[in-house]
Amino acid sequence: MARALLTGNSAAAWAARLAEVDYVPAFPITPQTEIVETLARWIHTGEIQARMVTMDSEHSMLAAAGAAAATGARVFTATSSQGLVYGFEMLYVLAGLRAPLVLVNVSRALSHPITLEPDHNDVLAARDTGFLQFHAESCQEVLDSILMAYRLAEHERVLLPAIVNLDGFYLSFTREAVEIPEPADVKSFLPGFEPAYPHLSGPAPLALGAAVLDPALYTFFKYQMHHATENALALYPEIAAEFAGRFGRRYGMIEEFMLDDADYVIVMTNSFASMGKAEVKRLRREGKKIGLARLRLIRPFPHREIQRVLRGRKGAAVIDQNISVGKGGILFSEIASALYGLPDRPPALLSFIGGLGGRRFRPEEFDGILARLEAPPESPEEIARPYLLFSDEECRDVGRYFSVASGEEKSHEA
Amino acid sequence: MKREAYRSLRNISREEPLGPGGSLCAGCGGLLALRLFHKALGENVIFVNAAGCFSLLALFPFTPLRSSWLYTAMACAPAGAQGIRDALDILRERGKLAPAADRKVVVVTGDGAAQDIGLQSTMAAIHRGLDFYYFCYDNEAYANTGFQTSASTPYGSRTATAPITPAFPLGVVQQRRDLFEIWRVQKPPYVATVSAADPLDLSEKVYRASKLSGPKLFIALSPCPPGWEAEPEKSVELARLAVETGIWPLKEAVYGQVSHTKVPRRFKPVEEYLASQGRFRHLFEPKRNDEAIARIQAAVEKYWKAVSDAVAPQEPLSNEAVG
Repeated sequence: MARALLTGNSAAAWAARLAEVDYVPAFPITPQTEIVETLARWIHTGEIQARMVTMDSEHSMLAAAGAAAATGARVFTATSSQGLVYGFEMLYVLAGLRAPLVLVNVSRALSHPITLEPDHNDVLAARDTGFLQFHAESCQEVLDSILMAYRLAEHERVLLPAIVNLDGFYLSFTREAVEIPEPADVKSFLPGFEPAYPHLSGPAPLALGAAVLDPALYTFFKYQMHHATENALALYPEIAAEFAGRFGRRYGMIEEFMLDDADYVIVMTNSFASMGKAEVKRLRREGKKIGLARLRLIRPFPHREIQRVLRGRKGAAVIDQNISVGKGGILFSEIASALYGLPDRPPALLSFIGGLGGRRFRPEEFDGILARLEAPPESPEEIARPYLLFSDEECRDVGRYFSVASGEEKSHEA
Repeated sequence: MKREAYRSLRNISREEPLGPGGSLCAGCGGLLALRLFHKALGENVIFVNAAGCFSLLALFPFTPLRSSWLYTAMACAPAGAQGIRDALDILRERGKLAPAADRKVVVVTGDGAAQDIGLQSTMAAIHRGLDFYYFCYDNEAYANTGFQTSASTPYGSRTATAPITPAFPLGVVQQRRDLFEIWRVQKPPYVATVSAADPLDLSEKVYRASKLSGPKLFIALSPCPPGWEAEPEKSVELARLAVETGIWPLKEAVYGQVSHTKVPRRFKPVEEYLASQGRFRHLFEPKRNDEAIARIQAAVEKYWKAVSDAVAPQEPLSNEAVG
């Protein structure tokens, strides 16, 4: 076992290396590119045996990835943001093909306006496709989640592709100490890929992706995929326990931070949860009984774990780093649906939007969230609406930008 | 072209890797060409399909094919072919696939995918030198969706998106885009036009291509009874007329070098081809459009004059005559 300072991107590349992937179709996009560049370097130095092909788009990249997995190769690929949505059609195709590959998404907010820093509208747009989704907070977790994702995706009772998500910039380009496991240990956790299903290099001819014209058949195949995610949910604890036994790091579907006696719970995902944890610690020091639940497994959605973690609390606030325009926070809706009907669900369940385009949280925002949980709004309108986090200072800054854009103010005065 | 492997119809295999009973239209010219193509190519084939008429060749739980099949999406069949070819090569290198069990990878799409939505992924596959066949059944429109205009639709043709009205008496006013030349400019090992009405020319071309590694394109003019508005039993006749009038030149390009594999001794007037199809009926009824017919005839003559004048066969030849 070696310890090294790795960026989130190089941790992802290391995971692909340790998984001994056969095939890497690639297309560049910031902030993902370092992953495929790293793999390309290792291929060119002969350190790994994988084959890489540079494609003309993410749509083609995903087509090649799915076709290779359907032919019997272990496939890894990576994208981000616009790339993910450019290839969006193929996400459904790959899941429907039951191609168990791993796709790393380095989150970056979607245009327009085009920008670089992260939020999760890209990866959460893929939530209905049939991909499993792991969301990582640290560089170590990126590496570990990719290995676990292959185990789960390739399981004969699952056979679905998986996305492992990490935040652009905050994780992709941030170096952290990462334990790189021994290849032999990884090999015993994740043996070579021997597809347990008929594939295109098998002895018998095979038609894959055949059309169906009977709605009952279509429904059957979609239900099969849903049942496969239920199997994934049932298999997850076993695989996580084996991972913990072998590598010493335990990953639940949800990470529970200072939750033991917490009356109030903040729900977050990905790297910005680190900022949330720091604020929870501060509020704890101030005597507040608050904790944080970080969703790691987004698909399949861990309803039962959500219920276990949140039931009996006085209040929960879901901070969505995404916005479903016209509705609000995506994960808020999903969590609310998991809790509805539970007699001891938190009486206050509030929705906050923050972190869009990489916007950082302010400490006082967590004070505000807790205050609202302690004295929740009573009007139906207030209960259902999302709170859009934004500060007076930011309002003033935006005003300045507009003055400059309209020519009323010179930029050097801004 | 001096034929080496296919001197008579007896040389064509009696095996039927593409059996009867598929769900395509009666008289589909593209299917006739694919059947001949597959016979010449032999077994151990994986077809990679893009959305189009031929997507109905695998309609669960039936397929008339004895080969493997992967339906991808409309834009990316060549990218799917890349993934399959690479995976097969990787498995062979790893000793997981015996050389005898290797497969030929064949993209099969219509002209809409080949010319429009799939052109980018096709160009990329040619650029990478992917070892694959591309079989394009060119019915000169988006036929599967009800015959809308594509980049292959010829001048003067009526389509569902170019209906004939007093203000628009011609139908489609653009010249068709030349897919043969688009491929040829990258100098891949093999590019050919074929016709289901000429099985020996078609089969010999498959034989010639099979000796070359890299991207290999076959464009089959594919009479489409519902779209062209012709009786199903006329498909072979129409395919033949297209060649005999000079509208569909039979040719190949080996690493960019063009040769015409069949030059009619005497060209029939294009009118014979046009008048037998409902999609061109407005050029003849209620009033004959002499100007449009003459324009089509002139384009054909200009094309073939350039062929006979060509001193250097690598000179690019405009294919605007087609249609």
